[in-house]
Amino acid sequence: MGPMPKGLKLLTGLTALFFALALYLVFFYAPREAVMGDVQRVFYFHVAAGWVGALAFLVTAIAGGLYLARGERRWDQLALASVEIGVIFTAVNIISGSIWARPIWNTWWTWDPRLVTATIMELIYVAYLMLRQGIEDPDRRARFGAVYGIVGFISVPITFLSIRIFRTIHPVVVGSGDPTAEGAFDMTPKMLQAFMFSLLTFTFLYATLLWHRFRLQQLAEKVEQWKMKVLSG
Amino acid sequence: MFLQEAPAETLDFMIFGYTVILGSIALFVLSIWLRFRRLQRDLEALRAVEDKLES
Repeated sequence: MGPMPKGLKLLTGLTALFFALALYLVFFYAPREAVMGDVQRVFYFHVAAGWVGALAFLVTAIAGGLYLARGERRWDQLALASVEIGVIFTAVNIISGSIWARPIWNTWWTWDPRLVTATIMELIYVAYLMLRQGIEDPDRRARFGAVYGIVGFISVPITFLSIRIFRTIHPVVVGSGDPTAEGAFDMTPKMLQAFMFSLLTFTFLYATLLWHRFRLQQLAEKVEQWKMKVLSG
Repeated sequence: MFLQEAPAETLDFMIFGYTVILGSIALFVLSIWLRFRRLQRDLEALRAVEDKLES
């Protein structure tokens, strides 16, 4: 494994800069929400983490399709790297939502369609990681991962649409939602700017982490090959 | 929240939320770095064994 590519160094630096700026916008630029108070600020990174989760699972499905079409190992490596990031950020999304819900809904958890579909989606991809571990043959493992990644992606649009098609108390901040939702608010221009910049920052963060995690996977497979070589020699 | 005159006092929950968010991201970055370092050490060790076997 060679040294870190220049492009990755640049992307990592840019992401760190964006992240610092996003934190400034969230804590000092965006105003305090009039009803919910400071906890509303969780919304900026909560939504951004959910966005990264969905994006990561989309990339997994695309990479799975490319692996099945071309049979190149790198697409499987990319899919696995993306699932791991998706699982982490979806967990962040669910937990931060729960923390927001405690003072606003007066409960950590409720069986709301959005919460349930997001949790099922998370469990589907946790199962992806666990089931992969149980397959010895690398080609079979990659084929399984590709098919699972494509089929599992069905859970992503269901999660996204759940607050738009089912009766729910989860607020829809962008677009129209159920009028009975608890915790909905109108974004001021400064809130919207902080929100959009958080989404952009997390997109950069995803790209950076994906590149690093992809390199890690390549190195892991290289080490495996060397182990086989040494053991057979 | 009817008849509420000021925003609710929810600073503790915001701090808790961002501790979880930033902590999780930091732990994930750390785990990538640690795994990468361990694999590089493994690779160096394997190369050394290979060199010994050849010589």
